[in-house]
Amino acid sequence: MKLPMPQALKKPSKPGADGNSAGPAQALREVPADLVGWLDERTGGASFLTGMLYRKVPKGTNWFYTLGSATLFAFVVQATTGVFLAMYYDPSATQAYGSISHLTNDVFLGEFVRGMHKWGASVMIILIWLHMARTYIFGAYKYPRELNWVIGVVLLILTMVMGFTGYLLPFDQRSFWATEVGNNITGTGPFLGPYLADFLRAGPEFGATTLSRFYAIHMLLVPGLIIALIGAHLYLVVKLGTSAPPWLEPKRSRATLRQEAVSATASGNGAEARRGRVT
Amino acid sequence: MADAADKTNGSPGDGDISKPAPAGYFEGESMSRRKALTVAGQALGGLAGAVIVLPAVGFAVAPIFDKPEEQWESVGPTSRFTDSTYKPVVFTLVDGVGEAGKTTAFVRRGIAKAPFNEDPNSFVAISTRCAHLGCPVNYVQAARNFICPCHGGVYDFQGKVIGGPPVRPLDRFQTRVVKGQVQVGPRYSVTSQLQPVRARDPGEFTGGVWNVIYPPRPDTFPAPSGG
Repeated sequence: MKLPMPQALKKPSKPGADGNSAGPAQALREVPADLVGWLDERTGGASFLTGMLYRKVPKGTNWFYTLGSATLFAFVVQATTGVFLAMYYDPSATQAYGSISHLTNDVFLGEFVRGMHKWGASVMIILIWLHMARTYIFGAYKYPRELNWVIGVVLLILTMVMGFTGYLLPFDQRSFWATEVGNNITGTGPFLGPYLADFLRAGPEFGATTLSRFYAIHMLLVPGLIIALIGAHLYLVVKLGTSAPPWLEPKRSRATLRQEAVSATASGNGAEARRGRVT
Repeated sequence: MADAADKTNGSPGDGDISKPAPAGYFEGESMSRRKALTVAGQALGGLAGAVIVLPAVGFAVAPIFDKPEEQWESVGPTSRFTDSTYKPVVFTLVDGVGEAGKTTAFVRRGIAKAPFNEDPNSFVAISTRCAHLGCPVNYVQAARNFICPCHGGVYDFQGKVIGGPPVRPLDRFQTRVVKGQVQVGPRYSVTSQLQPVRARDPGEFTGGVWNVIYPPRPDTFPAPSGG
């Protein structure tokens, strides 16, 4: 005689195994969210990201406020293309020009990648100046953002150093003589100038290690400094917030507005009262 | 007890009570264990940093102090050069960098009469490196001048500045005659009176106080004593 097994002793079915459970397709769809959740649980990165990306910006924020991001984008382009150019470039005085010719003329898309790096350099300088002009004209360098202005100026100088050191690397006639002239301008500084020029050239004349020295400065030393300072620059932007454009009137409380309106009406000056709108 | 530290740390009205030793101090100690360990830790960290940074910096600036080795190169028989015009010669200034290490000099025979007052058996080698910012000058026989293409520097037959931005006469190279061959050697600069000084970079004045403002560099050769 066969007795029915009590329900409690039966092996329980897996959760979701009954009809209305999620199928494998649904489970697959949830993988990205699970992955993000897994990462966030262990890093707390989501609150950092949302804090940075959804931070409040003042009224009146406009397209001029994107110049800094545009500069950052130009830097990312330079860094990316630079890494790939380094795969073909040979920083020796006898090989450099040949490797650049090979890269430009023979390598698939070589001319395009080199062109991006070359023109991107000019674009980056132009964008930095526009970004700096925006900051100056909008008065965004004032308290409490002075330190960010200082960091920005250092970044500008470092970008100029990138331009100077990068100019030599193609090692054609123009590169060589422009670097000679640039080095000699460095040498005209009193007392320390001659030694600085020697340091840049690694000797009294353009020598065997001048090019590799410029290459090391161009692709290792200065980019590292720039990345670190961009980090500090952005940290301060997020921490301090951006400034409102100068034409925006300061926000006044309703009480202040009412008082202004009353006193303006009392003195018979209606225009003043109408101007006191809530901004 | 009225110093600034007390005003900020102590409560008002405790002017007469001497401050108790901070926590962590034992009897007679001028520094707590925590403070001593902090200072020692920072000192060790600084030392470790210096051990990394100082050699790296020294490595990078070392070439400034390298003593160069004299190189002489034959540029042709003595009969090739006259005292009426300059002949261009190309020789290697720096080894191992191919074309970039070569330079051009303009060579002529010495002229005995004033204002040259040179030994007619000696040779004068004028560097083509412009004394303004280092572009290559060219000798133009029709004008008996050296002319720079970059910023318009002009030098007379002796290499003295007669126009444009250069700050001193053209550099020269030491010369000597070995077995009938003219050889050119180390570079040296000259003052406006053509007195030899240690080689300076272009753009740097020479003579008088300028020799201090633009100090000589240890990786250049001593100036020849003669002229």
